[in-house]
Amino acid sequence: MSKERRLALAKKLVDALEHDDEMGVEGLLNEIDALRENRLFQEIGRLTRQLHDTMASFTVDSKITSMTEYDIPDAKERLKYVMTMTEEAADKTLNVVEELMPVSQQLNHQAKELQDKWSRFLDREMPYQEFKDMSQELSEHFQSSKKSLEDVEQGLNDILMAQSFQDITGQIIRRVITLVQDLETSMVEMIRLSGASLDHQKLEETELPGPAVPGVDDKEGDVAHSQDEVDDLLSSLGF
Amino acid sequence: MKILIVDDFSTMRRIVKNLLRDLGFTNTVEADDGKSALPILEKGNIDFLVTDWNMPGMTGIDLLKAVRADPNLADLPVLMVTAEAKREQIIMAAQAGVNGYVIKPFTAATLKEKIDKIFERIDG
Repeated sequence: MSKERRLALAKKLVDALEHDDEMGVEGLLNEIDALRENRLFQEIGRLTRQLHDTMASFTVDSKITSMTEYDIPDAKERLKYVMTMTEEAADKTLNVVEELMPVSQQLNHQAKELQDKWSRFLDREMPYQEFKDMSQELSEHFQSSKKSLEDVEQGLNDILMAQSFQDITGQIIRRVITLVQDLETSMVEMIRLSGASLDHQKLEETELPGPAVPGVDDKEGDVAHSQDEVDDLLSSLGF
Repeated sequence: MKILIVDDFSTMRRIVKNLLRDLGFTNTVEADDGKSALPILEKGNIDFLVTDWNMPGMTGIDLLKAVRADPNLADLPVLMVTAEAKREQIIMAAQAGVNGYVIKPFTAATLKEKIDKIFERIDG
């Protein structure tokens, strides 16, 4: 309520009182009252809003508390499981590869030996006894390579199945991402309510940056994206 | 030729070991960080060191510095195979005296190329 308005009302009231204008006095007093009430309502409105915000901040608080208490430890366990699963898959795959590598090398070796003998036979450079031996070796080769290729097939199947972790770990990681997003929202809200400003200051790096994630770590242009870039940098240093 | 492979992840050690075997280097030993690698190196007869950077206990860069500071090991060729790709880190490794720097994920061909280059330079 402006000063001019109050002063005008007061003058009108004095005027009405001096002229014994009872109706006028009543009306003016009501008007003044209404103005005061209006202010009171505004004040109540303000307090209500404040109360609402405070209550909201309490719910944010309790949300963060429950996240800290349940969701974050839960996420840690889930991520540990992801580590275990990926490690198991890598181990399983490596086991099969290490098992099959000699099998494949052996097959290769056998095939090469027989190929050499076979071309000598085709060139008619092979005595009969040697031919007989070769025939025997050939049938042995067919037998053993059948068994070896069955092993290779089985191994490839095992490698195939070992990749099934991707589906499960993907789902778990997606869940953890949702949790991190929720946590972020709650914390931003809490900072907003506390009145502190969100300044986007980067924290000092204390630990090793670790694997550079495309689109995250390479914004400042200080990360090598490929081996070629590493090589270029090193050769520019005289390597 | 005896090679020491240092990485905190056993799967990565196995991958490097298999790749090295493919390249004809069958004599390898493993360690899971700088701390366990140093005694193996000090015992002698390691001809080549392949190390990760980010490891608990003792990092690869500290291992590299320790190697260069030890008169018995100072000339040991060191190849760093790491996910650390920041320019300042690559420069830091170069200044510490690394002989080659491979960033993860890497290919068998890259590893071979860097190893060949290192030995070319040593033999040359």
